[in-house]
Amino acid sequence: MTQNAEHVLDHVELFRGPEYQQMLANKKKMFENAQDPAEVERIREWSKTPEYREKNFAREALTINPAKACQPLGAVFASVGFEGTLPFVHGSQGCVAYYRSHLSRHFKEPSSCVSSSMTEDAAVFGGLNNMTDGLANSYNMYKPKMIAVSTTCMAEVIGDDLNAFIKTSKEKGSVPQHFDVPFAHTPAFVGSHITGYDNALKGILEHFWDGKAGTAPKLERAPNEKINFIGGFDGYTVGNTREIKRIFDLMDVQYTILADNSDVFDTPTDGEFRMYDGGTTLEDAANAVHAKATISAQQWCTEKTLAFIAGHGQEVLAFNHPVGVSATDELLMALSRISGKEIPEALARERGRLVDAMADSSAHIHGKKFAIYGDPDLCYGLTAFLLELGAEPVHVLSTNGNKAWHDKMQALFASSPFGQNCHAYPGRDLWHMRSLLFTEPVDFLIGNTHGKYLERDTGTPLIRIGFPIFDRHHHHRSPVWGYQGGMNVLVKILDKIFDEIDRKTSVAGTDYSFDIIR
Amino acid sequence: MSFATTESIEEIKARNKELIQEVLTVYPDKTAKRRAKHLNVHEAGKADCGVKSNLKSIPGVMTIRGCAYAGSKGVVWGPIKDMIHISHGPVGCGQYSWGSRRNYYAGTTGIDTFVTLQFTSDFQEKDIVFGGDKKLVKLIDELQELFPLNNGITIQSECPIGLIGDDIEAVSKAKSKEYGGKTIVPVRCEGFRGVSQSLGHHIANDAVRDWVFDRLTPEKSSRFEPTPYDVAIIGDYNIGGDAWSSRILLEEMGLRVIAQWSGDGSLAELEATPKAKLNILHCYRSMNYISRHMEEKFGIPWCEYNFFGPTKIAESLRRIAGYFDDRIKEGAERVIAKYQPLVDAVVAKYRPRLEGKTVMLFVGGLRPRHVIGAYEDLGMEVVGTGYEFGHNDDYQRTAQHYVKDGTLIYDDVNGYEFERFVEKMQPDLVGSGIKEKYVFQKMGVPFRQMHSWDYSGPYHGYDGFPIFARDMDMAINSPVWRKTKAPWKAAAEPRLMAAE
Repeated sequence: MTQNAEHVLDHVELFRGPEYQQMLANKKKMFENAQDPAEVERIREWSKTPEYREKNFAREALTINPAKACQPLGAVFASVGFEGTLPFVHGSQGCVAYYRSHLSRHFKEPSSCVSSSMTEDAAVFGGLNNMTDGLANSYNMYKPKMIAVSTTCMAEVIGDDLNAFIKTSKEKGSVPQHFDVPFAHTPAFVGSHITGYDNALKGILEHFWDGKAGTAPKLERAPNEKINFIGGFDGYTVGNTREIKRIFDLMDVQYTILADNSDVFDTPTDGEFRMYDGGTTLEDAANAVHAKATISAQQWCTEKTLAFIAGHGQEVLAFNHPVGVSATDELLMALSRISGKEIPEALARERGRLVDAMADSSAHIHGKKFAIYGDPDLCYGLTAFLLELGAEPVHVLSTNGNKAWHDKMQALFASSPFGQNCHAYPGRDLWHMRSLLFTEPVDFLIGNTHGKYLERDTGTPLIRIGFPIFDRHHHHRSPVWGYQGGMNVLVKILDKIFDEIDRKTSVAGTDYSFDIIR
Repeated sequence: MSFATTESIEEIKARNKELIQEVLTVYPDKTAKRRAKHLNVHEAGKADCGVKSNLKSIPGVMTIRGCAYAGSKGVVWGPIKDMIHISHGPVGCGQYSWGSRRNYYAGTTGIDTFVTLQFTSDFQEKDIVFGGDKKLVKLIDELQELFPLNNGITIQSECPIGLIGDDIEAVSKAKSKEYGGKTIVPVRCEGFRGVSQSLGHHIANDAVRDWVFDRLTPEKSSRFEPTPYDVAIIGDYNIGGDAWSSRILLEEMGLRVIAQWSGDGSLAELEATPKAKLNILHCYRSMNYISRHMEEKFGIPWCEYNFFGPTKIAESLRRIAGYFDDRIKEGAERVIAKYQPLVDAVVAKYRPRLEGKTVMLFVGGLRPRHVIGAYEDLGMEVVGTGYEFGHNDDYQRTAQHYVKDGTLIYDDVNGYEFERFVEKMQPDLVGSGIKEKYVFQKMGVPFRQMHSWDYSGPYHGYDGFPIFARDMDMAINSPVWRKTKAPWKAAAEPRLMAAE
């Protein structure tokens, strides 16, 4: 027995001891009908080969370890960015338990959302009663200022009509007639969480701007000096949104952040649970129609939303998760052009500091090969930054990236001497990435928590940037956008590079390359 | 300190009843009427807890429950390590449940074992419109080609499958035949079926019966010589290694564990279980169905046990030994004696730090009752408990063997009710899930996740008890809870913003 009360051993150590190892070996030998170890080894080696890669890339029906989630997750994420807003997902209830868990595991924060809890009878008769009862209950219990409705695939397959259901529910008195209940159909079998973000945000803006589902006059746009900013589905929303606000303030530009969930995913522990916190006020959401322009930080999270906004006469502009010097330059210059305000010296100084840091550390990054995966905009932003650093982003993979993303990525590669041997992989998953890492190895992998399986299998060190990050804490609090965000990303990459050199050179009986100065 | 330790039992009961009435006032009449049946104050001597259970959750209330898919893929089937479990339908279900339950196992992931991979058919609109059976056929071929050492396949249905009329049973039969009788199990665990995870457990159990047991061949069921001491662990998902810290005790007392259901389990172990002399059942809720089936069909008796905390462990070891001869009975006594010094040391170290502390629980499966003994071993008191997806037989067991007079009982509690109850009762610790964790921590209430062991564990067995004690101590006595109030602000009671 190795366990003891003074030095308690938990799962990290307990099962590594001889008693448990012997027990597991016996179990395997006697009862598991386990494969011949030699055969396991043979297949393991085979799975690293170009032959396996070819079969792997020939897959048509099977998806393994995708780097994407489904639409309603994005809808919930966008909805909680509005003041006092309760997301209400119409359909099966298990989905909502999953979204809440998923968001809480990333942000280490509460995630409030309700379901209309549809079951078999609703599958047959439709979910109108669930909507009617659900809205009434949510309204009474959680006192929201707005309920933002989206759908699970169940409600979509049976064809429930949100517009009609919400109207009927209001007629039945579930919520007051003038209570805001925007909605978006968010089928899980179309697109991914970034599509859901887009649909939900568009649904909310449409509600406020285009006459609240026929219950109010449409807003007449009277252009003002404000600029709207949309972050998109972003695991770094807490740090990034605050950084963007700081930049807007430094530039003295008036702005509205749409779907600002940076506070609700970062509430204090002070004795009070804030189910709602911060967020875009409903008044600001409505008045956003009058803005001069709308800037989206993520093109592929906001395609429909931006088209809708452009349709109301605003200039719209999309970036791709702006990380690094040039991306931030472009963002600031666009802001300056639209607002007529000059970029202040303070930001020029920040820019200089980032360039300074890059120059200081360039020798350690230059020529290093990277693989990146994640949402299409994040992939683009990180790739652009790596190219600035003289690194080679050899494999860039986005499960929810499409043909247009692929083409834009290839154009980015073509624009840099460091992008010449780089490829974009749209619609592929992390099992494809595994084959890429075995057959065309790189020095580092950038991705979310699930990349740790790739790191274990292929030995490629993982730099955790993306969503979700479950197994490291608090990184979402620091920005990756702006010059300061670029600095954070640079430091994160450098830390891994130096740790890796130390790991390789920390060899007993030698003392070379294990340097204290680099 | 909570009022539970400072007031008489009658006062506590009156307060708890008042509390129930208070939360009900928020609801529309119809909802209040329905919810009232799920809330109660336990009366000692009653056969159950006096609440309705296993009924539909009410729309819009923020139920904590999941779905049938979660019960089947997430709980019962997912941990079977040498089979590939396909999340059949859109991408989300498999993505959100990917690797989150901590079902530990030994194996070479991606080669001979597959638990922490996410296999999905990633349904697109065309699959909904034209049906997904053809895709499933192709998908199984691709699995066979890329993962030749898989020992079987299960198809875990997501909501659309049952709505679009796919025939996954026909696909399974055809592909099984094509691959020489390979075990391919279609599971009808669409998320809209039933009222919670619970029906998913039942459906998954039935799928084992129909697609594993009913297709046993002599070759599959005779891989080893039986002994009189063969038992199967049923309903332990090896979360944080729970099944391992349980198995070691059973082996030490002289039993031979021939199968684990389903944590670190394999298809061969499922197939071998009809040869067990006794099925020992930890999570009654999720696996009583297959235990009853094996009793009827194969004449295997089953007994429930509880490996949380030394009192219940010793009681359980003796109960299990009661099914065997003196050799095993002596073995049980030997095991209990062996670990007594460890138990004494743990209690000596942690009980003084935890004595009199109160706990409120809301969990699934067996835990709303099973962990009560472990808390009591540390001098703590459970003042409120409830099941996410329990049935009346769970509440009977709870009433008859676990909870004290006056305990607040809340079935399928929702966000609003739970926050209110905790706010008013001010327990020293709340044990529930990830969705609840940060709510209560914000309120300044120490919290432990009691589904995932908050990334710790194991909690089962003698090796698990010190970890359980350490974790409860570190939650309750963490210095961080003395920092929640800024020193320049007057102390205020935790409050619930949404209710104001």
